[in-house]
Amino acid sequence: MDPVSRVVGKAIPLNRANVDTDQIIPAKYLKRIERTGYGPFAFEAWRADPDFVLNNPAYEGAPILIAQQNLGSGSSREHAVWAIQGLGVSALIAPSFADIFKNNCFQGGVLTVELAQEDVDWLMARAEETPDAEIEVDLESQTVRAGPGWERSFEIDAFRKYRLLRGLDDIGMTLEYEADVERFEEARSPLLPTVAAD
Amino acid sequence: MTEPRTLSEKIWDAHVVESPLADAARREALGAEADAGPQADLLYIDLHLVHEVTSPQAFEGLRLSGRTVRRPDLTLATVDHNVPTIGRDQPNPDPLSATQIQVMSDNCREFGLPLYGIFDTRQGIVHVIGPEQGVTQPGLTIVCGDSHTSTHGAFGALAFGIGTSEVEHVLATQTLRQSRPLTMSVEVTGQLGPGVTAKDVILAIINEIGVDGGVGYVIEYRGEVIRSLSMEGRMTVCNMSIEGGARAGLIAPDETTFEYVKGRPRAPQGEDWEQAVEYWRTLPTDEGARFDREVVLDGAAIEPFVTWGTNPGQSVQIGDVVPDPASFEEPTRREAATRALEYMDLEAGTPIREIAIDRVFLGSCTNARIDDLRAAASIVEGKQVASSVHAMVVPGSGLVKAQAEQEGLDAIFTAAGFEWRDAGCSMCLGMNPDILLPGERCASTSNRNFEGRQGPGGRTHLVSPPMAAAAAIAGRFVDVRELA
Repeated sequence: MDPVSRVVGKAIPLNRANVDTDQIIPAKYLKRIERTGYGPFAFEAWRADPDFVLNNPAYEGAPILIAQQNLGSGSSREHAVWAIQGLGVSALIAPSFADIFKNNCFQGGVLTVELAQEDVDWLMARAEETPDAEIEVDLESQTVRAGPGWERSFEIDAFRKYRLLRGLDDIGMTLEYEADVERFEEARSPLLPTVAAD
Repeated sequence: MTEPRTLSEKIWDAHVVESPLADAARREALGAEADAGPQADLLYIDLHLVHEVTSPQAFEGLRLSGRTVRRPDLTLATVDHNVPTIGRDQPNPDPLSATQIQVMSDNCREFGLPLYGIFDTRQGIVHVIGPEQGVTQPGLTIVCGDSHTSTHGAFGALAFGIGTSEVEHVLATQTLRQSRPLTMSVEVTGQLGPGVTAKDVILAIINEIGVDGGVGYVIEYRGEVIRSLSMEGRMTVCNMSIEGGARAGLIAPDETTFEYVKGRPRAPQGEDWEQAVEYWRTLPTDEGARFDREVVLDGAAIEPFVTWGTNPGQSVQIGDVVPDPASFEEPTRREAATRALEYMDLEAGTPIREIAIDRVFLGSCTNARIDDLRAAASIVEGKQVASSVHAMVVPGSGLVKAQAEQEGLDAIFTAAGFEWRDAGCSMCLGMNPDILLPGERCASTSNRNFEGRQGPGGRTHLVSPPMAAAAAIAGRFVDVRELA
């Protein structure tokens, strides 16, 4: 994973709640066995509407997407994160995120920024009215800035922040606890089920 | 004397390999770095279920970094999401699908994993086969690259869905770094009326807490109604925990649970069985344990539910009408309802009973077990599917299919005009050719009514198996209780 520290640019106002991962990437594209190439299919059904925000050239190249609560609900497909990255988006702002999607974003290095409803509404309205208006998401200082004087802080687990800033490999970090895992396995009950070939 | 704990907390505590927050000495030794180190617990995973759609990139990751699967004996693979449900004796006409199924098989061979492949009678939906084989047991931690992994919580296991990167993490380490979730108790009191099923119970719960009410929580389902459900019913309830936002939902193990597990291929035998049961009896939530949130529903007030919108919380009871978006106070809910009615092509005020349907799908990890098929068959027996309706049954596994055929259920369904298919996820998620055409309206026993979920432009109404069966016969939604 590449390190992530700061995302600056225009923001796409996706003013909908409970945006599910089936909308972000429809199931028919999950037959692919690669991690990349999902961008062109992101939000496919909604993009069929010419008025859909992603079809507005004013938001081209925007690295930030703003949505309403429970963003990324539904299926655990990490392809949704890969699709969002395929759109060139690397930070998401919403009042809340679905649990699995949030974990997947972290794994892929997409920042999930939770702000209060009124702050999301304000940023949404600003992005709708002024597509060129830039937002800055700064992970190091855990702040979102939007124009002079508008600054909000956001929460993030210290470990996640540490890992994102350095682009560390999660598995590599866990493997450092190999001895702990071995100790745990030695103490596991022999009654526990296995699926070893019969 | 330890503090009283909930079921999920006991399972969690029993699986912590390393806890930076709990281990004071380690924090001390790490000094300032402790704050930047892992904040969450490292949890051991007892069972990892794998399927063809969310795993190829994880295996590729292992290959690229030269890693192996730590515990192939705790990792079970099958193919379900993408498999055809007819014509398995013919070459798969979809080359992408064929490749993905082949890659699952190749990866299992390369990494030494057991696979219930497409020609294995044990093949089926990943959340049906674990319980069926007796490998899903109380007290376990279970993960799978699928959000409906919560199904296994019905046995008193802590089971949750993960993404592909986490799949790779579990393959390589048999652990996951996870933050301790909040706990929620959902108690359903009293008794269900006739014709009301586990599906209606969970739809009622989601209607109550909302589709994001469970975000950050593990739900424990409790109360007389839950206790009286069969294991199949409990699986239906836990299955849809994620539709209420909760990654995991579980139910304390009891005699019903033990009865179901006993004698299955991977269940403990003889003396081991007695010991296992003894442990399982220690798992239920202690008297006095505290939940972060408590919700109570009156089971007697629950009636058969039908969803009208594009998320599983947008539902009403069969006697109701399609709601007016203006009746929702919260702006985002009002906006969502307006969009949903437009997508669903429904008008506010329309009685649910007047909504005609084109398709019926009886299947999915929510409702494709033998109990579900029996319940639907009892409604269908001796009747005919309406001429305007195309109906299909997709059993949850090869073994469910075989059992149903042994009981003659297939004959009941096919005589009534249902198609009788091979096991898989099928039209629940519209990955294989089993999809709705644009504009088609479906009564479905599955779990998600999202826009386009069952095919682009398709319109899904979630219902119980008896309600789906009754709708197939009538060609529109009917109150299954009036057919008796």
